[in-house]
Amino acid sequence: MTPVKKHVTTKINGESVEFLCEPRQSLLEVLRDDLALTGCKEGCNNGNCGACTVVLNGRPVNSCLVLAVEAADASIETVEGIAEQGHLDPVQQCFLEGAALQCGICTPGFIVAAKALLDKNPDPTEAEIRFSLAGNLCRCTGYDKIIRAVQAAAQARLAAQQSS
Amino acid sequence: MSTEVPSRSTPDASDLSPSSAAETKKYKVIGTRPIRHDGADKVTGKARYTSDVLLPNMAYGALVRSPYAHARIVSIDTSEAEAMPGVLATMTSADLPDPWDKVENLGEGCINYAHLSGNVLARGKALYKGHAVAAVCATNAHLAEEAAAKIKVEYEPLPAVTWVLDAMKEDAPLLHDNLVTQALGEESARPSNIGAHIHFEQGDLEAGWAAADVIVEREFKTSSIHQGYIEPHVSIAMWNEDGRLKIWTGTQGSFVVRQQMAELLKIPVSQVLVIPCEIGGGFGGKIAVYEQPVAAVLSRKCGRPVKIAMRRDEVFEATGPTPGSYMRVKLGATKDGKLTAGEAWLAYDAGAFPGGVIGPGCMCVFSCYDIPNAVVDGYDVVANKPKVQAYRAPGSTHAAFACESVIDELALELKIDPLDFRLKNAVQEGSRRVDGPVYPRIGLIETLEAVRDSQHWNSPLEGPNRGRGIACGFWFNAGLQSSVTAAVNPDGTVSMSEGSTDIGGTRASIAMQLAETLGIAATDVQPQVVDTDSIGYTDVTGGSRVTFATGLAAYQAGLDIQKQMVRRAAELWECDVDQVTVEDGVYRYGDAALSFKELAVKLNNAGDPIVGRASVSPQVSTNAFGAHIVDVEVDPETGKVTILRYTAVQDAGKAIHPSYVEGQMQGGAAQGIGWALNEEYFYDDEGVMRNASFLDYRIPTAFDLPMIETIIVEVPNPDHPYGVRGVGEVPIVPPPAALAIAIHRATGCRMHELPMSPPHVWRAMQDR
Repeated sequence: MTPVKKHVTTKINGESVEFLCEPRQSLLEVLRDDLALTGCKEGCNNGNCGACTVVLNGRPVNSCLVLAVEAADASIETVEGIAEQGHLDPVQQCFLEGAALQCGICTPGFIVAAKALLDKNPDPTEAEIRFSLAGNLCRCTGYDKIIRAVQAAAQARLAAQQSS
Repeated sequence: MSTEVPSRSTPDASDLSPSSAAETKKYKVIGTRPIRHDGADKVTGKARYTSDVLLPNMAYGALVRSPYAHARIVSIDTSEAEAMPGVLATMTSADLPDPWDKVENLGEGCINYAHLSGNVLARGKALYKGHAVAAVCATNAHLAEEAAAKIKVEYEPLPAVTWVLDAMKEDAPLLHDNLVTQALGEESARPSNIGAHIHFEQGDLEAGWAAADVIVEREFKTSSIHQGYIEPHVSIAMWNEDGRLKIWTGTQGSFVVRQQMAELLKIPVSQVLVIPCEIGGGFGGKIAVYEQPVAAVLSRKCGRPVKIAMRRDEVFEATGPTPGSYMRVKLGATKDGKLTAGEAWLAYDAGAFPGGVIGPGCMCVFSCYDIPNAVVDGYDVVANKPKVQAYRAPGSTHAAFACESVIDELALELKIDPLDFRLKNAVQEGSRRVDGPVYPRIGLIETLEAVRDSQHWNSPLEGPNRGRGIACGFWFNAGLQSSVTAAVNPDGTVSMSEGSTDIGGTRASIAMQLAETLGIAATDVQPQVVDTDSIGYTDVTGGSRVTFATGLAAYQAGLDIQKQMVRRAAELWECDVDQVTVEDGVYRYGDAALSFKELAVKLNNAGDPIVGRASVSPQVSTNAFGAHIVDVEVDPETGKVTILRYTAVQDAGKAIHPSYVEGQMQGGAAQGIGWALNEEYFYDDEGVMRNASFLDYRIPTAFDLPMIETIIVEVPNPDHPYGVRGVGEVPIVPPPAALAIAIHRATGCRMHELPMSPPHVWRAMQDR
């Protein structure tokens, strides 16, 4: 028997969104399959790979471990909301310039997690970056260029702040 | 052939300049670091992977998998599942055509279609835990999972065997009643789990041992390892009423998927269209089909497109892995440090079906050294594990762990510096590998010299429990078939189509070679990976072949365009074709000169459009070598190994996009480090993998690794116009051996078993 669907109102990337979901559906599933926000990826569906990272009420979370019903009245940021008005975020730009991606499947999760880190800690050490991103798995790059891209993005953000 | 000075690649991500002055002199585009063409799609979440594709009226499939490592399938009852509302169709292996016993080379190894079909859905017996035995599709994915649980399969469990040496025993449980050993063109009389015995020899082994002053022999064991791509296997099949089958999938070879689908379903290749989506990692594990034929048959049954996405535990338990192995390596050398003899005995498990990666293992084991007298024996052994697939330099990493460890011990016995010992015996142009081929111009010596001259090698390493190791690695690299077409646009840019799926930035490395050939900017070429109806046959993205072979096709397509442009320029200028000269993308006749772009704009207004094409099938290996240096510290309390510093050195022939060459070296090293220090399939006595998740099968995280320094050596490949060698596979090969040697220096313990995880290192330290 198909379970009764729940009505959820929430905010995604600044816009008010309504959806119906089954109680068992994860936020990841609803974002991808029902709301067509396919930027967050499913790599494991049990919170180990970080490919589905979104920011929920200011905290990066694995959206596969959040039930969609838990997103009611929340504020969610996904990778789709990171570039603003046609401009890439410094994190995105530095990933591109630093060749910090290969296959790209983990990239949206890293971008979201890295931006969340820099929003909280604008000038992290290498160890802090590595610790903060340890929940995001990448099998292609060996992380070197990812860490450097986040370092470069931190510097770019600080420089932009100083000049403004 | 000149050798360029090894260029230390820049560690600064913000530096986008060409990596050395020598490169700018010769090339305008090659050696620079443009932003990849598909980059913006991938950092914004817009790139379309298979699981992002939502087709109208799509159904979702799920597989029923064996809970036993070895079991006879007594019966399968799908009736209860079929009665559930929303369930659309079920299937078993009975719904697949009877497979033919036909073997075909898919680019990174051969495949037998009878085995492939039996792996897609079990026939008669389940051969490993997780082996698919039935499937169902329904209107949503949850329903499909629920329905799969309602399919009743009755099993008769059989004894299972997972360790390769156990599987070789006379009294081992047999996986296949009809498997006999192929050895030197002969077949064994009675069935066993040994599918093949490979034997190579050169010189006179006994004379070699007699000439040796020191001989070292050791045995080694390794566990099964998974490729660990972050994207699980996902496919969509839509079998139309007109008989045409469309497949959306993330694959290393769309044409190879087309071929497998045609053979398994017994339909013409012309009835199959494969649409390659972005691929979220493969490393050799996304060449063979798994869920695609199942989705196809379910689609035909229910009349809708069917998507099947594996869960992560299914990926671990039913796809990949690379083999577990047992190896014995014996080497002898004179007291002045020349190798005289080598013997290797290698047994690799192949998983549930024969045809693993023992062949390349045997070819690679002594590939770095000139050993005049050598014998290699290799055994391909079936076991109750998932069918082994290629994993980055398949078979070479195991063999290098064994060979390089013995090389190191031998050097220490001889009191010769291990790097000098390697340099003294390194293969070079003219050296014969044990399986026959004589090397053309190669760069192992230059690579080792770059190690010797590196800042890392010359830096002190002090402190207790610390040690430094070095090891070499080799991979052949393939040629195979590639096709490229390129159309000149009205604005003077070029739209390029290729058949090679882009697994890590090859759109850029191929487009850059076309741009270089035409004398235009990398950004003026727009590369696209197209489907199997839209380009000529192209082999897999594997064998480190794409930048080499598809790059060669792009170069030739560029020459084709240039030839047409010259002819048309001659018409424009009313001169002979041979009066038009081209240099750096500028076309000249007398005082008249037009850039590629200017000429393209003029030509577009009159006459036929200019379209270049090329297809290639280079029959060569590009032979790449690498050497890695690693510093470790071992915690004496726990056995945990921390990497303090890591440098990967490799001959890339010519680095087209140095950032992505470095990326391959860093990523390969990281995979090799994971293999060395932590990763393993942990089997219980029932043959059940007990760690089938990313939590328990732990691949390296950002917190586990340091920066990975890279030194690109460039000894140009004589078989490529820009000197390209493949780079992707070599860097996974040296890490386990380099780390074992570093751990030895730190602890005094020789590690002969992978992984060198804390319990194993701790145990070795207790036993010393």
